Amino acid sequence: MIVQLFHQMPVLVVILPLMAAPLCVIAHRALPAWLIHTAVSWVVFGISFLLFVETRVAGRVVYALGGWAPPFGIELVIDRFSAIVLLLVTGMSALTSLYARASIAAELPRERAYLVYAAMLLCLCGLVGMTVTGDAFNLFVFLEVSSLASYSLIAMGPSRRALLSSFQYLIMGTVGGTFLLIGIGFLYVMTGTLNMADIAQRLQGVAHTHTVEAGLAFIVVGLSLKAALFPLHAWLPNAYTYAPSSVSVFIAATSTKVAVYALIRFVFTVFGADLAFDSLPLGDVLIVLSVAAMLSGSLAAIFQTDVKRLLAWSSVAQMGYIVLGFALATGAGLTAALTHMVNHGLIKGALFMAVGAMFWRMQACSINDIAGLGKRMPWTCAAFVVGGLSLIGFPGTAGFISKWVLLQALMVDHHWLLAAAILVSSLLAVIYIGRVVESLYFREPAEGRKVARGEAPALMLVATWTLVALNIAVGLFGAAEVDATRQAAMSLLGVGQ
Amino acid sequence: MNPLWLLALVVWPAVMSLAVAATGRWPNIRETVSVATGVALLAGVVGLIEPIAAGERPSLTLFEILPGLGFTFTLEPLGLIFALVASALWPLTTIYGAGYMRGNDEHAQTRFFVCFALAISAAIGIAMAGNLLTLFVFYEMMTLVTYPLVTHHGDAESRAGGRIYLGILLTTSIGLFLPAIVITWLFAGTLTFTHGGILAGTGLTALGAIALYTLFVYGIGKAAVMPFHRWLPSAMVAPTPVSALLHAVAVVKAGVFSVLKITVYIFGLDFAFKTGATEIILWTSSITIIAASVIALYCDNLKKRLAYSTVGQLSYIVLGSALATKLGAVSGSLHIVTHAFGKITLFFCAGAIYTAAHRKYISQLNGLGRSMPFTFGAFTIASLSLIGLPPMGGAWSKWYLMSGSAGVEEYALLGVLAVSTLLNIVYLLDIPARAFFLPADDDTPRGFSEAPLACVLPLCVTAAGCIALFFFAYPIISFISSALGEGA
Repeated sequence: MIVQLFHQMPVLVVILPLMAAPLCVIAHRALPAWLIHTAVSWVVFGISFLLFVETRVAGRVVYALGGWAPPFGIELVIDRFSAIVLLLVTGMSALTSLYARASIAAELPRERAYLVYAAMLLCLCGLVGMTVTGDAFNLFVFLEVSSLASYSLIAMGPSRRALLSSFQYLIMGTVGGTFLLIGIGFLYVMTGTLNMADIAQRLQGVAHTHTVEAGLAFIVVGLSLKAALFPLHAWLPNAYTYAPSSVSVFIAATSTKVAVYALIRFVFTVFGADLAFDSLPLGDVLIVLSVAAMLSGSLAAIFQTDVKRLLAWSSVAQMGYIVLGFALATGAGLTAALTHMVNHGLIKGALFMAVGAMFWRMQACSINDIAGLGKRMPWTCAAFVVGGLSLIGFPGTAGFISKWVLLQALMVDHHWLLAAAILVSSLLAVIYIGRVVESLYFREPAEGRKVARGEAPALMLVATWTLVALNIAVGLFGAAEVDATRQAAMSLLGVGQ
Repeated sequence: MNPLWLLALVVWPAVMSLAVAATGRWPNIRETVSVATGVALLAGVVGLIEPIAAGERPSLTLFEILPGLGFTFTLEPLGLIFALVASALWPLTTIYGAGYMRGNDEHAQTRFFVCFALAISAAIGIAMAGNLLTLFVFYEMMTLVTYPLVTHHGDAESRAGGRIYLGILLTTSIGLFLPAIVITWLFAGTLTFTHGGILAGTGLTALGAIALYTLFVYGIGKAAVMPFHRWLPSAMVAPTPVSALLHAVAVVKAGVFSVLKITVYIFGLDFAFKTGATEIILWTSSITIIAASVIALYCDNLKKRLAYSTVGQLSYIVLGSALATKLGAVSGSLHIVTHAFGKITLFFCAGAIYTAAHRKYISQLNGLGRSMPFTFGAFTIASLSLIGLPPMGGAWSKWYLMSGSAGVEEYALLGVLAVSTLLNIVYLLDIPARAFFLPADDDTPRGFSEAPLACVLPLCVTAAGCIALFFFAYPIISFISSALGEGA
């Protein structure tokens, strides 16, 4: 029985949240829905951890859905690369579940809270599905599952502007999803199959046809939209700003990363690096766009007054780092991209959690609203400082590991200008994080503002500080993480298997 | 000797900062804890002299930060010298700080002493770092924990000062120092401080070596080579004990110590000399020496004048490193010690003057020497030491620097040193001369009115140290020479 379950793990991570979501709706009350969400998130995280260990040992875990052998049935494939992304997504969901209870109770009407938990589970299901599936069309389906869930989650934000930003995201997201679907359609036309490994094999004869090239273009643009790669990022700042805080935490830490993961998966596993980077100039295009993302995102972040929006713009910049690593198409570059995917998840998760706690206390989070909070919410503000240092890339934090690996990947190929761009973007991060920290610690609350006191609830702090501790742990013991991501990158490139 | 000692000494002040924080409510106990921690630290570091002198090089790797890059502590003579200076001056500064902070009724004294202890922890970490990455970790930690000390007053002026402080130090370290470390790692495949350097024979060209060395020295903003020196005058908004220990000893010396260590153990003196890697820095540091001295002439604010004097003096040490010879390195390390004692005395005096007479500007000091004889006596001794006159310790470091410059036949450098010495005389001795010989202003206090004993005692001790260093320089020199190996 136990062994049976063990074999079913790859499908359980998808099925459990999918089935638990309607349970939340049936439960109809905030507390039971939260309990279901929390329990499922942690179970799925546990399973993901086992899968991660399994891929470390075995390299690959394959599961034929419904017993239908691939390429006819849908296949779930978890290799070292997807295992790490899976761990990030489920881990963030587990920590967000701890955080969500108090935060959602404060931001949303009581009778709608259960819907948030249901939608978050659906979103989790979609993201996990995208990560583990080995089937191109299936990936599109899960992308839509996660997207639809995110639209509704963002729309539930406390202010009315959430509706508009959700609508904006809906339009952009639908365009992205449709592009992806068209691209997959082109591939299906040329190969007659939807299984990724199978497509890859059959593409070899027809790789240089215009249909396949157009398919690649559609897929890249579609997924770049979901990944908020410059200049397709317009939906992101509003979406992150007006969503409920716990939704911002979860989506900011996971959803764009899974989109980049899908992009990497398509380019390396389906099309092959030769077609994308040698025959077509994907690398050059992405390098230019990612540098533009880093600089414009960081610059825009400097001029924001709303701290959530500031962090959102910083996310646009940080996606640039990840895509830059990927665009190098080298082992070191992919290692850097994957490392930063994980680390940025940890960083932004911690930062959004800290800001969410400030919002919980002040019901607002512009730079002026949070002035002088350093004394009144010492733990939350300290968490923000550590998260901010990690974002800057301070040694001893996760961000430093990312920066080191990325700089190394760039410099080893003599991309000096790109390295300089990264450093400039980090320095811009010093400015925007510095502005917030200065307001937290060295400014007095504005006259006439009610002075709210007291720390955030314990569970929120526990979740925040778990992420902060992970940031520090990764920063100090980064060798283990880089080893894992390097192996994952190698497995993706088909080296050393 | 057990290498765990190294870890214990690095962690000790940080751990005890918790005790300082816990005893914050009882100032007397808090300061006793601080001083006791400092004395214990000093005893621990002194205990290391013997094994290191006997040739031991204890090393300890705790874990790997990045694949192949450990969090490593290794102690060698240069590091020990820096650790000794920092830990010897810390308890004195704590006593002084207690007198100053209470004498001026400063707020947030507990935060002040906690950050102080953490800064010392970072300094010891820098001294004992076994590779560049570990050094970088502590270097950045030091920037961070000293920031609250710079912005201590919390008003607009200190916030602006803090912004410049953090801005320049982080910009240089992230923008220049970090890439220099990564480049070193890519060329050498290691970052371990190794006798004779790690860059020789790695395919780094002479031009590359020049670029890399320049990147390093400017990346280490704490060494304050112009044009990245602005943070140091800005940091003078801090309370004077901070300026004394951190911005005359721990922070700035961490900078020049890093430069020295990189010259000796990353480039290696031979490699640096052969490739001429230090060529640019040789001249930029010379320019800094002169320019900073000239600016100091025109500063009426006493602490600001001392800050610019520090900028100039730091470049002596950078210049010593950049000579890339054994004599140069010896003069640099010796100057770390002598300048530390001299400059901390001067800052102590500045703080004592402020506490006793509330004077910040040099033009207000006329005739004050008669009512504060100890303070201005110490000031004179320390000034003479910085100028390099016997029988003060500073004479030796200037002597070695000059003979080092002559040794590589850079006679223009001798000219630079001569001119800067003259400038030193003008801008430093001007101050005690005013205090002792000019007629007093109307509102200058008559009779004996020194600062509290807790302030005056430490500055007498450090002034005595300036003299003592003249007589005890030889053991230090031979100790440093043993680190650099035979020949020059």
